[in-house]
Amino acid sequence: MTAPKTLYDKIWDAHVAHEQEDGTCLLYIDRHLVHEVTSPQAFEGLRMAGRKVRAPEKTIAVPDHNVPTTLDRVSGVIANEESRIQVEALDKNAKEFGVNYYPVSDIRQGIVHIVGPEQGWTLPGMTVVCGDSHTATHGAFGALAHGIGTSEVEHVLATQTLIQKKSKNMKVEITGKLKPGVTAKDITLAVIGETGTAGGTGYVIEYCGEAIRDLSMEGRMTVCNMAIEGGARAGLIAPDEVTFEYVKGRPHAPKGAQWEAALNWWKTLYTDEGAHFDKVVTLKGEEIEPVVTWGTSPEDVLPISAVVPAPESFKGGKVDAAKRAIEYMGLEVGQKLTDIQIDTVFIGSCTNGRIEDLRAAAEILKGKKIKDGMRAMVVPGSGLVRAQAEEEGLADIFKEAGFEWRLAGCSMCLAMNPDQLAEGERCASTSNRNFEGRQGYKGRTHLVSPAMAAAAAITGHLTDVRELM
Amino acid sequence: MEKFEKLTGIAAPMPLVNIDTDMIIPKVFLKTIKRSGLGVNLFDEMRYDRQGNENPDFVLNKPQYRDTQILVAGDNFGCGSSREHAPWAIADFGIKCVISTSFADIFYNNCFKNGILPIVMPQEVVDVLMKDAEKGSNARMVVDLEAQTVTTSDGESFPFEVDAFKKHCLLEGLDDIGLTMNNVKDIDAFEGKMAQERPWV
Ligand code: SF4
Repeated sequence: MTAPKTLYDKIWDAHVAHEQEDGTCLLYIDRHLVHEVTSPQAFEGLRMAGRKVRAPEKTIAVPDHNVPTTLDRVSGVIANEESRIQVEALDKNAKEFGVNYYPVSDIRQGIVHIVGPEQGWTLPGMTVVCGDSHTATHGAFGALAHGIGTSEVEHVLATQTLIQKKSKNMKVEITGKLKPGVTAKDITLAVIGETGTAGGTGYVIEYCGEAIRDLSMEGRMTVCNMAIEGGARAGLIAPDEVTFEYVKGRPHAPKGAQWEAALNWWKTLYTDEGAHFDKVVTLKGEEIEPVVTWGTSPEDVLPISAVVPAPESFKGGKVDAAKRAIEYMGLEVGQKLTDIQIDTVFIGSCTNGRIEDLRAAAEILKGKKIKDGMRAMVVPGSGLVRAQAEEEGLADIFKEAGFEWRLAGCSMCLAMNPDQLAEGERCASTSNRNFEGRQGYKGRTHLVSPAMAAAAAITGHLTDVRELM
Repeated sequence: MEKFEKLTGIAAPMPLVNIDTDMIIPKVFLKTIKRSGLGVNLFDEMRYDRQGNENPDFVLNKPQYRDTQILVAGDNFGCGSSREHAPWAIADFGIKCVISTSFADIFYNNCFKNGILPIVMPQEVVDVLMKDAEKGSNARMVVDLEAQTVTTSDGESFPFEVDAFKKHCLLEGLDDIGLTMNNVKDIDAFEGKMAQERPWV
């Protein structure tokens, strides 16, 4: 009998192409996702060294970070000179190196972490990398997925491997059932609130427990998406029937006899009884409330019923960081979170830009109008999500409520494209980062679930969505 | 890549915790398709006002810290995005070493690939080094990668840990792709095996 293994151990072992004596490995990469911001220097490096892409068929490129999402983009060129240069560089590199490519004009274009799973590129048991920290999203399929830097992008392009040392195993268990109005976003934020943004550093997290099992694939992707905000290298969820059902029939999923063979292997991808975890965190699902962030780090998270905390309630360097955050966010200590007024609402991003997220928001918005003067936008995660939402009538609900209905891209998740907050503007956002300036210079971000974002759009302040349900 | 030589230089104190990649290099500067030239925008939002004037209170703007080569920083330095623009900006400014109690994983790895040495030290040691860094340009800190020590301007020396392979690569200035290509036979063999065992990949 071999020693019991975790899911991470199993996927790791299945991809080691070479191991040095000190444990440094060449990990074989099954899927390499590429976008326009972190790849130009890598392709340039290949060109300069006269190297080719080793496995173009396993490389998938799509522009997302700085494409405009306004409806007029189909007709025009990208106005911002530098953005256009990056997107054009990707067009050119994709063609020259022969990798799979979804250009802006393709309906399948969207945020790289939404397109990968949607097209069936991401499959259980794979290693997936991308020059983007939210690659952890793909871990929802039981794939080992993590972000890499541009030097590593170049390394993977050239060798289809990554130089890696194994991380430690961490288990995050969410027991029991979630209460109504509590979503995958609340789970993942609550976990970061518990562990801190460095709590996962050096670990690969496996999420498990009844509340995780009960989630759809969309919800699981939301949970894994933010593993990186907890500092972890990757987040994983063991594949099960929900996973297989989602994957089956996707354009790049295996078919026929290969499907059967794949399924047989996928069914062995779970953590063995008695396998060792270096760290374990357990949360009770029924105790998780709808949460919001009040500060400028994803760990600054509290239940919506709470108040802005006093900096002195923290320890060490966090006291000053909290002071700075409260000042930056323009809040008062002791202020009720539900008294925080909002002027902008953003629903989208690779955290919450999937069909289920749009359904959850539309459910709250149905027959209602957003607050006067509110700027609210929905940016579907891909062209296909957008098309489906239109078919289901969700787009009409958003438009009637007063939301802008945009084309796919990263949009206001980060201030690289025209969708930005102006100085002092305050946004309830379904994205994953509330860092200073993330959504625009001196812009203020409160991270929430799609349902909570919809609720805030209606009332004009941070709101407990359960009051509108 | 340039070899990492023994470093004797000015250290700047940045005690703030959770200095994230957006603070290191705001995303408006990610739109370049080159690696160089980002140093002027390092810590841009703290370093300049909206009109582009220098903020005189920011540490790297003070006369004694303009030639900083070592950064002593608060916990969890480099958290946030995987953008390598963060270490590029740091390196382009001329900083070759960052010392903190902890670093975000991706940032930590990216440093080595760009000739920067990130050093993890316990809180007590970082406190001492932070104090030393506050002395400004009269004080020179010494970082000796070969011996794995950091020495303050007072001559107090602290050992640090670093992965042996990463150390070797930094000392020799080795390029990762070249190194990996030495094992290309193993990669070929792995691909051959996979074509049999997991043909759907
Ligand atoms: S949606 Fe936001 S977090 Fe996701 S890939 Fe785009 S910029 Fe990154």
